[in-house]
Amino acid sequence: MRDTLYLAWRYLAFHRVKTGILVAAITLIVFLPVGLRVIVDQSSRQLTARAEATPLAIGAKGSPTELTLNTLYFSSDVPARTTYAAASEVTATRLASAIPMYVRFRVRGQPIVGTTLEYFGFRGLRIAEGRQIAVLGDAVLGSRAAERLGVGTGGHVISSPESVFDIAGVYPLRMPVVGVLEFSDSADDDAVFVDVKTAWVIEGLGHGHQDLSQPEASSGVLRREGNVVVGNASVMQYNEITPDNIDSFHFHGDLSDFPLTAVIAVPPDQRSSALLQGRYQSAELRQVVSPSEVMDELLDTILTVEKFVIAGAVTVGLATLATAFLVFALSLRLRRRERETLFKIGGSRSAVATVMTSEIVGVLAVGVLLALLLTFLTQRYGDVIIRTLIR
Amino acid sequence: MIRIDGLRFSYGEGDFRLWIPELAVEAGTTTAFIGPSGSGKTTLLNLIAGIIRPETGRVETRNVEVSGMSDEERRRFRITTVGLVFQEFELLEYLTVLDNILLPYRIHSALTLDSAVRERAGSLAERVGISDKLGRHPRRLSQGERQRVAVCRAVLTDPPLLLTDEPTGNLDPVNRERVLDILFDYVKESGTTLVSVTHDHEILPRFGRVVDFREFHSFGEAGVASGNRAEDRANGGAS
Repeated sequence: MRDTLYLAWRYLAFHRVKTGILVAAITLIVFLPVGLRVIVDQSSRQLTARAEATPLAIGAKGSPTELTLNTLYFSSDVPARTTYAAASEVTATRLASAIPMYVRFRVRGQPIVGTTLEYFGFRGLRIAEGRQIAVLGDAVLGSRAAERLGVGTGGHVISSPESVFDIAGVYPLRMPVVGVLEFSDSADDDAVFVDVKTAWVIEGLGHGHQDLSQPEASSGVLRREGNVVVGNASVMQYNEITPDNIDSFHFHGDLSDFPLTAVIAVPPDQRSSALLQGRYQSAELRQVVSPSEVMDELLDTILTVEKFVIAGAVTVGLATLATAFLVFALSLRLRRRERETLFKIGGSRSAVATVMTSEIVGVLAVGVLLALLLTFLTQRYGDVIIRTLIR
Repeated sequence: MIRIDGLRFSYGEGDFRLWIPELAVEAGTTTAFIGPSGSGKTTLLNLIAGIIRPETGRVETRNVEVSGMSDEERRRFRITTVGLVFQEFELLEYLTVLDNILLPYRIHSALTLDSAVRERAGSLAERVGISDKLGRHPRRLSQGERQRVAVCRAVLTDPPLLLTDEPTGNLDPVNRERVLDILFDYVKESGTTLVSVTHDHEILPRFGRVVDFREFHSFGEAGVASGNRAEDRANGGAS
């Protein structure tokens, strides 16, 4: 058997280009529908699990899908902004606790999630090293974010400008990393968590600068009108919050008007949830969405698309398979003389059959094995692919 | 070595009929089958080798009735007892020269490929002047070199019977003489029986005996053979 397998191997190796093409074709025929199925199953499981763990999301009127994906997966498609007042309103109803979310900015591609400490308890996130967010400017990294940014506790991260040409817009803020979270196998692993107020500082709604009442800042004073000191353009604004300058940071305007992308509402029971949803039925500016329902709709769409894609893949696969078997049939015909020679010399029936069918069996076996390997890799790293696609 | 009695053979279609009432080839002799195309020379080689079976009659080789064997027994008989050389060489294009020579040892469990066999393959290749080409594929060899590889493959098992079908048919005169030298030197040294089909009358003097197939007439028309003896030009007394 070893000797005939050797002959089979020599045949496949000699015709390596033809073998390679056939193996690739068989691999794709098997992998495309199976791999797609695995991806869809995994994404369904992931999307459903996280959505079911998030009772309600409240945001500005607009796309429920955008609101859900941004709130759950911190996707880069930022939904229409609501205000901090939305969180206060939820709290005021006493029907649910409110967790404000502001997910707009990024640190080298990793989402900055402006929220409150309640979020960590809500998601069951635990600190692996360092400490929790304590003061304005502190950042806590998800495990994958720490790995990708190459930063740990004691390091710093800088928020990325939203646009290279955004001269008058958001200024980068340098933030100390005070802690890294344990791996949670969720979108939280990719996030840079900050207090929601820190996110507003990045937005430019809060800032710190030289104290113009101090003598050393006199060069920055444009004019004094009673108790009001008007600074000129030379007044230095801080791009990092430190213990020395933290007291100079302040916000202009009414906090309740400050932006949020969503408020996660966590009602204690179904009744409270229903009552809270009822309150938003006629709301003009805001919407309440049940992430699990949004995800179910999204999955329905995905499953419909999947059916079409699989039908297409199967059709193409069958055509490719037919072509492959045509190649095999022609190859067998071309090898007729070889078969006769082996027979004449005295090759045993099994040896001749093995050598002759080696191409088909070898190609099918290697193709299926490669497809299984790809399926395994898809199963193993599918979640990463899905998260990358969602982001 | 070979004894044929009352052999009749025809292919399913066509007019071809072969009838050999009696023919014997002694062990250790060299015999050439000559005759016009279609007279049944190659068919007789195939019958002797057990590649095909006669309709009636007996084909005995080394006192064993080949025509009565099963397919698997005849395969085993060929791989262990018969060396075959073809006009078109019939080398496998995807195997190197060495692997082509070793081929019989890879296609039947009756033979075991070991280091002694590999050594013998190497020495045979050296003897026929292709030892420096063992790693090449057949397409990178000349016609003469290919036939030398085929001869090495045929004699590697040290068969007591060597059947060659137009072994020099595709060779130029120089290569023809070289291949024949190799074959006849081997036969002389090993005592192997050589039966060869050829159209090339120039090489007949090398054979101890020549059997002319014009002596074998077709049967069927009247159901009677009109001749039953092969002409023996060298040794006399064909049986």
